[in-house]
Amino acid sequence: MKKNGFKAWLYLLPAVIFLGVFMLYPLIDVFVYSFEEGYNSASQTYYGVGGYNYDYVLHDPYFMQALRNTFILVIITVPLSTGLALLISLALNSIKKLRMAFQTIYFLPYVTNTLAVGLVFMILFKKTAYSDGLVNVLINLFGGGSVDFIDGPYWAKMFVLCFYTIWIVLPFKILILTSALASVNETYYKAARIDGTSRWRMFTKITLPMISPMIFYLVITGFIGAFKAYSDSVALFGTDLNAAGMNTIVGYVYDMLYGDSGGYPSYASAAAIILFVIVLTITVINLMISKKKVHY
Amino acid sequence: MKARKHILTVLIYILLSVWGIMVLFPFYWMLLTSVKSYGAYNSEYIPEFFTLAPTLENYIEAFTAVDLARYFLNTLIFTVVTTAIMLVVIVPAAFAFSRLDFRGKNAVFTLFLALMMIPNELVIITNFQTITDMGLRNTFTGLILPSVTSVFYIYLLKENFEQIPDELYKAAKVDGTSDMKYLLKVMIPICKPTIITIVILKVIECWNSFVWPRLITDDKAYFLVSNGIEEIRENGFGRENIPAMMAAVVVISLPLIVLFIVFRKKIMEGVSRGGTKG
Repeated sequence: MKKNGFKAWLYLLPAVIFLGVFMLYPLIDVFVYSFEEGYNSASQTYYGVGGYNYDYVLHDPYFMQALRNTFILVIITVPLSTGLALLISLALNSIKKLRMAFQTIYFLPYVTNTLAVGLVFMILFKKTAYSDGLVNVLINLFGGGSVDFIDGPYWAKMFVLCFYTIWIVLPFKILILTSALASVNETYYKAARIDGTSRWRMFTKITLPMISPMIFYLVITGFIGAFKAYSDSVALFGTDLNAAGMNTIVGYVYDMLYGDSGGYPSYASAAAIILFVIVLTITVINLMISKKKVHY
Repeated sequence: MKARKHILTVLIYILLSVWGIMVLFPFYWMLLTSVKSYGAYNSEYIPEFFTLAPTLENYIEAFTAVDLARYFLNTLIFTVVTTAIMLVVIVPAAFAFSRLDFRGKNAVFTLFLALMMIPNELVIITNFQTITDMGLRNTFTGLILPSVTSVFYIYLLKENFEQIPDELYKAAKVDGTSDMKYLLKVMIPICKPTIITIVILKVIECWNSFVWPRLITDDKAYFLVSNGIEEIRENGFGRENIPAMMAAVVVISLPLIVLFIVFRKKIMEGVSRGGTKG
């Protein structure tokens, strides 16, 4: 057993080195950064140690806006996308013909480049000098006025962002839920049918409890993913998200780090840690609820 | 009762078709717009749903006005090298965790699992500083190094390795087979499906990566497709040439869609086992 020790470490060495340098060390370092006040990237010096960076970030209007945007995005997209995925998966599960075809089509957004397809959504919603864009043409058809969804009012932009986010995240959720539904043992339904149970009762008493672990898994990963939203917003509104008023927390972190407004790794670190604390809190709350609600 | 069931079935198919159209329409629209000529596109106040005069000029424009071929090649190099190095890193690690006994194994493995929960946003700040300090900005090395390990894939592979009966290993040992040979000749072939899944997931991840490349490259010679498309969006083709933009989008989306069509079952299976997005 001992003889193996050296060899085992040799096999582990590459992974240990990479994880050490690019995960473990940065993890410690980010906390150090976040407490170093007045850090200067160029000279790598700082004035003192304390909570100033957190104070600065929490009083930065751009951060508050990013925080607000992210929370709105999370609150809208997580329940909607999970609900929609459940509805679509139930529908998929109840048909036989064309099921595979639908499943394949629904999965497509997963394998597409978020930035690239975001451009298509942009031109569908954008109002330009030449054209109001397809979506506005449709709105006009039903008697509504044109809205600029890309450079216009806040809620129009938020709508497009939520819509695109849901479009992007649904494939994963549908995939997970369809396989969860397919794995529910058929005998439960047979027994229920013999007892003359109604469809709705079968859904709430058999289906939902059986797939509840997967639903909670999707809710938890959905929260985590939505809190980290960034590239969807870039795809629709460009890299200057502060100007567009559509920045997210992750976007704020990167803006602080790099680009025209960058060069402040301490502020970026403080913001990243705030994000981490938020996500951790929400995940713990989710886990606590799921312990109570999930039947298993 | 039967009529009601019929109506329900029809409603279900309508619902499914509506979402199907929602998913496919953006793809149709980008394809359609990419074959409309610049003049035709801009003269349509109400966009046409089809075109009678398809043209390939936008594709030529996309490859000549911006360096799309270079972005493409960069992404290809990045994807292939990252995935290859990743395999060299994770396969031995998974082997060590699943087959070799050594002191501190459980402690190290627990530490690895704990690292799985660390979000990328938290470590990217220091990584950016590290790579900048090493003078590796605008190099492939800088792009690739932080992306080569994935604790989750080590975990996935370890679980799979452990399913191989221990007797096989002992028999090989009796025959005097070395660990390395056993790993290469027995374990890897048996676990090929899992390895292929991991490779596909990594390829998708690499092809779509945006944040890290954006931080680490500002020289267009090292742009990946995501950054290329962002550059096209910000600075365009000189004028607001949306058809050319869409041609670029089609070209960038195509490889993964082809990959998906070829490996559909494997990809969907792999994602449901180990995918995250959304």
